[in-house]
Amino acid sequence: MEIFSSLGDGFVIALTWQNLVLAILGCFLGTIMGALPGLGPSNGVAILIPLAFTLGLGPTPSMILLTSVYYGAMYGGRISSILLNIPGDEPAMMTCLDGYPMAQQGRAGEALSLSGVASFVGAFFATWGLIFLAPQLVKFALLFGPAEYFALFALAFATLGGVSSTNQAKSAFAAMLGLGLAVVGVDTQTGVPRLTFGEVHLYDGLDFLVAIVGLFALSEVFIFLEHRHGAADAEGKKIVIGRLTPSFSVLKACTPTMLRSSLLGFVAGVLPGAGASLGSFISYSMEKRLVDRKGTFGKGDPRGVAAPEAGNNAAAGGALVPMLALGVPGSGTTAVLLAVLLSLNITPGPLLFQNNPDVVWGLIAALFIANFILLAMNIPMVGLFTRVLMVPPRILMPVVAMVSFVGIYGISGSSFDLLVMIAFGVMGWVLRKLDVPLVPVILGTLLGNTMENNLRRAVTISNGDYGTLIDSPLSIGLWTVAIVGFVLPIFVGRVVKARMHARRDTEGSLSD
Amino acid sequence: MSDRIFGAVGLLLALFYAWATLQIEESFMSDAVGPKTFPLGIAAILGLSSIVIFLKPDDEPQWPPLARLAEIAAAVVVMILYAEFLPIAGFVIATAFAAAYLTWRLGSSPLQSVIIGVGTSLGIYVIFHLVLGLSLARGPLGF
Repeated sequence: MEIFSSLGDGFVIALTWQNLVLAILGCFLGTIMGALPGLGPSNGVAILIPLAFTLGLGPTPSMILLTSVYYGAMYGGRISSILLNIPGDEPAMMTCLDGYPMAQQGRAGEALSLSGVASFVGAFFATWGLIFLAPQLVKFALLFGPAEYFALFALAFATLGGVSSTNQAKSAFAAMLGLGLAVVGVDTQTGVPRLTFGEVHLYDGLDFLVAIVGLFALSEVFIFLEHRHGAADAEGKKIVIGRLTPSFSVLKACTPTMLRSSLLGFVAGVLPGAGASLGSFISYSMEKRLVDRKGTFGKGDPRGVAAPEAGNNAAAGGALVPMLALGVPGSGTTAVLLAVLLSLNITPGPLLFQNNPDVVWGLIAALFIANFILLAMNIPMVGLFTRVLMVPPRILMPVVAMVSFVGIYGISGSSFDLLVMIAFGVMGWVLRKLDVPLVPVILGTLLGNTMENNLRRAVTISNGDYGTLIDSPLSIGLWTVAIVGFVLPIFVGRVVKARMHARRDTEGSLSD
Repeated sequence: MSDRIFGAVGLLLALFYAWATLQIEESFMSDAVGPKTFPLGIAAILGLSSIVIFLKPDDEPQWPPLARLAEIAAAVVVMILYAEFLPIAGFVIATAFAAAYLTWRLGSSPLQSVIIGVGTSLGIYVIFHLVLGLSLARGPLGF
């Protein structure tokens, strides 16, 4: 089996001391960031990117650090859901439904350890899914020409708003805003400056890292300032953990739930625009419909904790599939990870598997390792992370803001970039108030240039004939899916979103 | 109402974007598509979605009261000042001030704010500069 020998090579890369230390560090920081309400996975990864660069890490170690943070944040989100009834990040929203009632019954420790196991199962199967599905997708993607890629990008933008946004016009607006920002700078094909207004700093284009850190991290600081929400959520609440091991019978009862939810979550993660929030949502809904015969869901049923956690962690792994194989991320955090790869001069997509197999397989091996580290961290050491919840945002948020500034200044050493970042922070705050999703903005700034280049390449090859864009059955198929994916949520999206957000708190409003 | 204003501003942005695109001077050698087509397409969809937002506004978001808005504006000003003074004052001093301001505004008492500000600044300096070797802005005092 070719896959297993590649995976073996991956383990050789991942099992160096440096990479192991990075994985442990990433898991630890990720769990903390996931647990703290207000700092989700995309925030967490975004503020650590500059660190990875300035440490001079190569592509593989950087990715190991940052994907460990990503997986860690997915694990960590459940902690505050269960203990405080406040989701640490959006995918953990569904975990509140049964996790908090369990905590109120004095079974917080059981809920935490069970959800830790469920997270492990979900992420473990999703990583296997990634191993088998990604190479197949790569074979398929090798059939793509420029016209197909252009259609694929259009598909990504059309479906990204999808279920997570109520208003498709606003997702379209966000995507165009991002693409529009990507155009700024010297045109790569003709060398003319575009939309720079004579500002020399803009000739290089806007650095998407600056945009990401501003939109995600700084806008969060503004949200906290707006609500003057400086006290820790855990303050004044007594947290009783209880026993830290789930009984064997509970685990056994939850096993089918975990397996089903993992599969469902993985599929939701692979699909563009769905992501981890949807993964946990549909896993929970399906389990409720399937096994909730006595009406115990929502009142502290262990299966109601296992299902969304297995689902969201599986979706987190699934979302890596399109990002690595096609270069088109399916969620906010994978978009941020894509930004990392692009900054390291590595273009994800089919060629990544041929040209940089060390990155791909090292990363996959690191995901397995991270998963075991996280299981170990999240069950015996969960008490440590519950203490982190006591850190009040009035201390935490200034640290987040300052680390963001340090990171961006560390990369470029220019005050101009800091000003751009502040502008993005304000923009992010306004857009979030207006319920405009931020992920399409990020994806637009990231993919804008590639998308345009594919368009121009396709049309140039066919001597200026725009008909080439819908010439092959493949591209017609992609455009069809794109249009359906854009139009369908207008009719069904409202219903799903309303149900998903029926219990949503004001915190953690960033999608994964 | 917010969405109507948003839609109107979006439309203006789209028009401005289209206008700015048309100002691009094309070079004598160009590919079949040219540097203007893609941005013009963006401007078109941007404008269309703005019109839809204008015509079908969502529910009114909860805007903070004026005092809170002023709070955010003040924080933005502090951050801009921070960005400008960072190369002049050096990392430790500038960061201590900015962090102290932010934690004060989030509800720490004045004395606590000073301690937290200095602590944050020194903490980041030690971890990022001394341990990790990241180059931070140097002030006149060498840090």
